[in-house]
Amino acid sequence: MSEIDSKVVRYVADLARIALTDDEVDRFTKQLSVVLDAVGKLGEVDTEAIPPTASVLPLENVTREDDARPSLTLEEAMRNAPARDGDLFRVQTIIEERPGG
Amino acid sequence: MAELPRTIAEAAALLRAKQASAVELARVAIARAGTDPFNAWLRVSEQHALAQARAADERIARGDAPPLCGIPWACKDIIGTKDVETTAGSRILDGYLPPYSATVVERLDREGAVMIGKTNLDEFAMGSSNENSAFGPVCNPWDASRVPGGSSGGSAVSVATGEVLFALGTDTGGSIRQPAALTGTVGMKPTYGRVSRYGVVAFASSLDQVGPFTTTVEDAATVCQALFGQDPSDATTMPLAAEDLRRDLDTGVRGMRLGVPKEYFIEGIEPGVERAVRDAIRELERQGASIEEVSLPSTDHALGVYYIIQPAEASANLARYDGVRYGLRVEGADLVDTYKRTRGTGFGAEVKRRMILGTYALSTGYYDAYYVKAQKVRTVIKAEFERVFQRVDALLTPTSPTVAFGIGAKVNDPLAMYLNDVFTLPVNIAGLPGISVPCGLSEGLPVGLQVIAGYNAEATMFRVAAAYERATDHHLRRPPYFGTGSVGADLKRSPNAAFGTSETY
Repeated sequence: MSEIDSKVVRYVADLARIALTDDEVDRFTKQLSVVLDAVGKLGEVDTEAIPPTASVLPLENVTREDDARPSLTLEEAMRNAPARDGDLFRVQTIIEERPGG
Repeated sequence: MAELPRTIAEAAALLRAKQASAVELARVAIARAGTDPFNAWLRVSEQHALAQARAADERIARGDAPPLCGIPWACKDIIGTKDVETTAGSRILDGYLPPYSATVVERLDREGAVMIGKTNLDEFAMGSSNENSAFGPVCNPWDASRVPGGSSGGSAVSVATGEVLFALGTDTGGSIRQPAALTGTVGMKPTYGRVSRYGVVAFASSLDQVGPFTTTVEDAATVCQALFGQDPSDATTMPLAAEDLRRDLDTGVRGMRLGVPKEYFIEGIEPGVERAVRDAIRELERQGASIEEVSLPSTDHALGVYYIIQPAEASANLARYDGVRYGLRVEGADLVDTYKRTRGTGFGAEVKRRMILGTYALSTGYYDAYYVKAQKVRTVIKAEFERVFQRVDALLTPTSPTVAFGIGAKVNDPLAMYLNDVFTLPVNIAGLPGISVPCGLSEGLPVGLQVIAGYNAEATMFRVAAAYERATDHHLRRPPYFGTGSVGADLKRSPNAAFGTSETY
């Protein structure tokens, strides 16, 4: 288990795509260190021969027939869009067009 | 009619006897919800409710009325409702209009139940005090300077004050049972896999379940009867045969073996809470149950397991809030900057904290040390419960180590806040059913007794809880501000006056 410092908090916030203020970075660094200390006690449990549990359900590979079913209309699916362009969600340019390309 | 009947059972009898109409009940509930002084409601959907009530009255007139037909209820605002704004208590979903309803809502619609509106909650259900809502905290009707618990605080208060006859909440680590305990209501989390989560805003998918708040155990069983069952739209629902969940409500506990896990009576539990819970255990013994001390040795590690798995799953689930398809968008210099500003602005402090924690636990180099380790200890905790349930029919514990605490008392100490759920979150880790029932007062505030049963043994859980409830009147006690008093009217005009100023009362 490792120490969490403000550099780690900034790095992880970047991975999580969350803009933090300097004040938030300071506060979260202190608060998360306390939480991670408490969580670190898990190291005391011997789990050498123990398999991990991802779900408590005795189910696997739940499948269904691949039938077409009624679904949302385009309007229903789009109506909460912050910005749209006709039938498309509008976002900022992510691929620049090359001159002549 | 100024007040609703106390229970679903009483209201259903009045409706069947034509002594009240669903429209009348809905109008009372709408008026009460609309003047609620505790910030329990995010919106009252009056037209929607009256339309449902009129349809319910027609069904009742035809003699085609299921048990919940015409019964007014409240929906935690993390459960999607078609064409009724659903925010999850977050600015990032402010104004979001779901294009479809959650399966649980559709099931209640089919029963003819009447949804009055949407209740306040901790943002994305992350919290134990309802102070993390982007729309302001909820106050406890037993003492408005205190929290109602969380995250389903609004749902708990809507039932505690008699504004509605039942409410839905969600429970990831105690978010139904803990606020039920702190508000003197019955709150129940079903076995993982019994109730569909389709259409419910996802928090931690291996832990979340939907369940009811009610005044009585019988009412909880009635609501569960409508909610339970496999849903083709949720692959985590179990294909179980239909059963009558109410079959053992009157059976009593004579001859049952009830376990008391010694790890649940620890340092830090308030003496008044321990006293009330011990009294409840003695009452069940007096009724003929045999009480055995049992041990769940890894209980101490449940908090650590929970605070890895839950934020890790949440950090993945909440990745969808990127400002592209719905919700808030805050434009930045480029698309990645837009994501960051949108999420930095749209999420509150607790959500951000958990996103950081969860992303950290899943990041390269820490995945095995934290996430996989927590999943392994989860296996150990689950196995300990399974071993104990070979010996006993149900477990009896406190629901929460404390009664309702002051608004603001723990907001800057996340670990102290997380400890509120120390007796409820092991139940989610194992996926078991649990119910909190009122078991008396400590310092004038409600205490909850938690009954935990084995997988899919809800009928057994209801049997124990109903036997206790029948012998006591704790569930019938109402908070001091129950009803339409003038105190409520004053609070409504200036809701913030209620926060942290007990002298008002």
